[in-house]
Amino acid sequence: MPAIYPFLLSLALFLLPLTSEAGEAADFAAASPARQAQLLEHWAATPDPTRQPLLDALQHGRLAVDGARRAFIERDGRLVAAEGDAPPEGTPKKLRLNNRLRGLLATAQASHRLLAEEPEVRLAAARALQKSARPAQLSLLNASLARESDAAVRDALALALANLQLADPDPKIRLGAVRLLGETGEPLARTRLEALLAPDAERDPTVRTAAETSLAQIKRRLLFGELLGQAFSGLSLGSILLLAALGLAITFGLLGVINMAHGEMLMLGAYATYVVQLLFQRHFPEALALYPLAALPVAFLATATVGMALERTVIRHLYGRPLETLLATWGISLILIQLVRVLFGAQNVEVANPAWLSGGVQVLPNLVLPWNRLVIIAFALFVVALTWLLLNRTRLGLNVRAVTQNRNMAACCGVPTGRVDMLAFGLGSGIAGLGGVALSQIGNVGPDLGQSYIIDSFLVVVLGGVGQLAGSVLAAFGLGVANKILEPQIGAVLGKILILALIILFIQKRPQGLFALKGRVLD
Amino acid sequence: MTRPISITLLAKAGPHLGRGLGALALAVLLALPLLHLLPAEHALHVSAYTLTLVGKILCYAVVALALDLVWGYAGLLSLGHGLFFALGGYAMGMYLMRQAAGDGLPAFMSFLAWSELPWYWYGTSSFLWCLALVVLAPGLLALAFGFFAFRSRIKGVYFSIMTQALTFAAMLLFFRNETGFGGNNGFTDFRTLLGFEITAPGTRAALFLCSLALLVGSLLLGWRLAHSKFGRVLTALRDAENRLMFCGYDPRGYKLFVWVLSAVLCGLAGALYVPQVGIINPSEMAPTQSIEAAIWVALGGRGTLLGALLGAGLVNGAKSWFTVAFPEYWLFFLGALFIVATLFLPKGVIGLLGKGDKS
Amino acid sequence: MIATPSPTCMLEPAFHPAGVGRDAIGLGQSAGRGLDVRHGTILTLEDISVSFDGFKALNALNLYIGVGELRCIIGPNGAGKTTLMDVITGKTRPDRGQAWFGETLDLTRMSEVEIAQAGIGRKFQKPTVFEALSVFENLELALKTDKSVWASLRARLSGAQKDRIEEVLTTIRLEGSRHRPAGLLSHGQKQFLEIGMLLVQDPQLLLLDEPVAGMTDAETEFTAELFKSLARQHSLMVVEHDMGFVGTIADHVTVLHQGSVLAEGSLEQVQANERVIEVYLGR
Repeated sequence: MPAIYPFLLSLALFLLPLTSEAGEAADFAAASPARQAQLLEHWAATPDPTRQPLLDALQHGRLAVDGARRAFIERDGRLVAAEGDAPPEGTPKKLRLNNRLRGLLATAQASHRLLAEEPEVRLAAARALQKSARPAQLSLLNASLARESDAAVRDALALALANLQLADPDPKIRLGAVRLLGETGEPLARTRLEALLAPDAERDPTVRTAAETSLAQIKRRLLFGELLGQAFSGLSLGSILLLAALGLAITFGLLGVINMAHGEMLMLGAYATYVVQLLFQRHFPEALALYPLAALPVAFLATATVGMALERTVIRHLYGRPLETLLATWGISLILIQLVRVLFGAQNVEVANPAWLSGGVQVLPNLVLPWNRLVIIAFALFVVALTWLLLNRTRLGLNVRAVTQNRNMAACCGVPTGRVDMLAFGLGSGIAGLGGVALSQIGNVGPDLGQSYIIDSFLVVVLGGVGQLAGSVLAAFGLGVANKILEPQIGAVLGKILILALIILFIQKRPQGLFALKGRVLD
Repeated sequence: MTRPISITLLAKAGPHLGRGLGALALAVLLALPLLHLLPAEHALHVSAYTLTLVGKILCYAVVALALDLVWGYAGLLSLGHGLFFALGGYAMGMYLMRQAAGDGLPAFMSFLAWSELPWYWYGTSSFLWCLALVVLAPGLLALAFGFFAFRSRIKGVYFSIMTQALTFAAMLLFFRNETGFGGNNGFTDFRTLLGFEITAPGTRAALFLCSLALLVGSLLLGWRLAHSKFGRVLTALRDAENRLMFCGYDPRGYKLFVWVLSAVLCGLAGALYVPQVGIINPSEMAPTQSIEAAIWVALGGRGTLLGALLGAGLVNGAKSWFTVAFPEYWLFFLGALFIVATLFLPKGVIGLLGKGDKS
Repeated sequence: MIATPSPTCMLEPAFHPAGVGRDAIGLGQSAGRGLDVRHGTILTLEDISVSFDGFKALNALNLYIGVGELRCIIGPNGAGKTTLMDVITGKTRPDRGQAWFGETLDLTRMSEVEIAQAGIGRKFQKPTVFEALSVFENLELALKTDKSVWASLRARLSGAQKDRIEEVLTTIRLEGSRHRPAGLLSHGQKQFLEIGMLLVQDPQLLLLDEPVAGMTDAETEFTAELFKSLARQHSLMVVEHDMGFVGTIADHVTVLHQGSVLAEGSLEQVQANERVIEVYLGR
């Protein structure tokens, strides 16, 4: 890259005036933007711990310049001279940086952090430099690498160095760099190597061949991460579908009630979370991080109550008339949506992740598993287990199953069918409320939240087979993974349509769903 | 409090008055477009707004009728009839867009920097071909979907959910710009139809009359079907499909026939709707639209053709009044209507009047 | 329909205690119209097995029904009687075995509709009629005629067809209720209406699942007479628990137990059978 020489030349030329007596802060304050850029590059190449306060002040916009073009740093609302102790002349003006200077400042900050005591800070700095290191920092990186003791930081630094060395005039160094990049699984290394392999970018045949081999290695490693990533987002979508569909599997599968307002139960659950969050912010700000946990029982009870009230007032009168139930519950859903619009406004409300649900685990260089999604997958499985226990190991569950199989017989045996219906409906709605809490942690919370899940949930129940928890679980995860695998290939919309077509074809083969019991068909 | 009284009066007056009222309604509907042609300052002038509104409701009434044929008679509740309506509308829209664009590409395509028409736009500058599309697009889709659905005996709520998923999927598809139907915005800015200015009073009146003719035609057709043996087989199918099969009838053919017929009627209604309201976009395919059509039928009285018409008129009339007067409360009202109609009016308003024509 | 020349021998049905003789069963007067019944059997089931999730509803069942025969099937609950009807009418596909209608029609390859059109009529355990339609319309729909969509769009009843419906209305004693919706009939009337629908459908083989359940004694007696008059012209297979009724009508009785034939013969023979007493009639 011959373009580097004039640059180095100008750097050398301008190094001379930097030795002037005035402090660095003053120099910077007095400089034109172009010179400020040069200064920042210089600082990035020659980190010095004493410069740290100045860089921090710059980064946070606390550096001000007075009439005499001297630099002051704002501390606790007071201006303190950066060098010397002269009082400011006139009203000092805050120094603003443009975007380019901000980028350079970040690089400079990174090289200063390489000097930090803590290995984590150094690692983060090295990672930042992998993306932003500039040729002037070559010797700095070499030196840092030489004295670095921590293995992870060494690797990261080596990579940053290799990134830079790709521009080295010496083919041998470039070859080494290319080989080093091949050892990593960094998405960034791939882009660099791809750039190198562009026509006319690299003349040396050995380096080219090595780059091709390295690129292939990286792609293999990245492919694994990508597949894992797709599988994970599939599982994540599946767990969300499961939470949305599980309650439906109870009300539809066990009671035969088509509850079109089921999506609104999810929505109410999410709004319950929002209200709990507000209460915590007002009254227990110190325990704010725990609000999602507190929201779980609240959402469950709130939606279960609404569900039971609906069952008592409307749905009870429509048993055995599924199509009418469908229409009536659709009406209920319209009313609930409008009610929430009137109460909370038509806009989305803000539900924030607490710290323990934000961020993620870096499993592979190109695969980060977000905490909220991991927690939701676990939560979905937990809810399934709980539901299973409830249905199979409790008196209520026994009653529900009895009513499902033969309502009249159950009534004759003294099962209070009315109460069982109500409780089962409450349970289904409550589970939807729990799903709502989970949804509030990963998506927007608005009045229309439920509408986007209702069709998918029904497809899960239809596909899984009516009245089958195992079928619902399998169908939810199956649909989730299928969706996410198809998405990158043919796009989200076509993927959805394809899946719908597949479901219709699947039902041709197995009209009862995945897990239906075969039996004598009665009329 | 006037309505209950009028209802009891109607019930007492019996079929003669009913027939008289029908004739009166038809006469008023025939007069509307003619009054629209009067000069604007004339006392009896009917505004374009009113004419369009009533014309729109006429198209919706055809949808209600079509839905009633499959739901009221054959027991198949479709929550996807909006799709067929929209397909007919899009087919007509394609022609109107080509008319508006002259020799060039429709505006939205130029906007996407497309250089030529996609293959499925071929021939859409011909009015006749577009008319064929109005019938073929919904008809063939209904045929394909119905074939698979009825073959695997999907019925009841499963069928409803599948149709809802179908229209939802189609809506997503039409939202994409790449699909080639104008994406989000759909088709609008129509200019001429068969060379006539689309907003001219004469064109409006003609379109209105076409809608009325379609409605009356569908009503007659529906009546003929309902009172033929075919209609009785459909009713039997709704009540005891297995028994019918053991009588030697193949339900698939019957369902498919009425299902496709219903879809085609919707397509025709959509085709007349689009030039009158001047826009078609994917929101017509939203599941909400289709399920709203079900409440027209349920409220009016399913299994009776007049009930479907009445329901479409009542709900849409209420809608246009509410959304102007109390926009906040329309959804409350509509929701309550769903609940009231299913809980308390199993036979619909027609049932209240006590003169439902026997299916 | 072309009437095939049919044997006119009036053999009393010969009987094998083992109950498996294929040509052994008597020949009625009317062989199937257009149906190949050379060997005198209208229904042949061989080695039929059906299982639901491991439960064997039918287990290697063999059953032969002769032309013009009136066969009663008895057996305890869960013996597979209804599943047997489901297999014959195409509602359930057997896992194994053969089912022939006449000599040439393979029931395992035909749809329910094709089987019904070929001439097998079925009456359900619970009377199912088209409740929203009138009695007359119920019979009109069941009437033997072209049942395609196109035909029904243009269908008009001919004079002969109307006469036939009237005749059956008289037979089932519903001539006074011909315009009432079928849903308003009493349970017994619905039973008769369904039988009437089978009559106008004119099938060659009638499957009747507990036809006299819920009937008064007089109605039961009348039904017995009706069935006896139907036999010879048609073949009947009646599933019934009412032993008195079985005794009045049956030439032959087949006892099902756990999905296979336990015994076959006249009612007396069957009632004398040790194993039958053990599993069904009780000691």
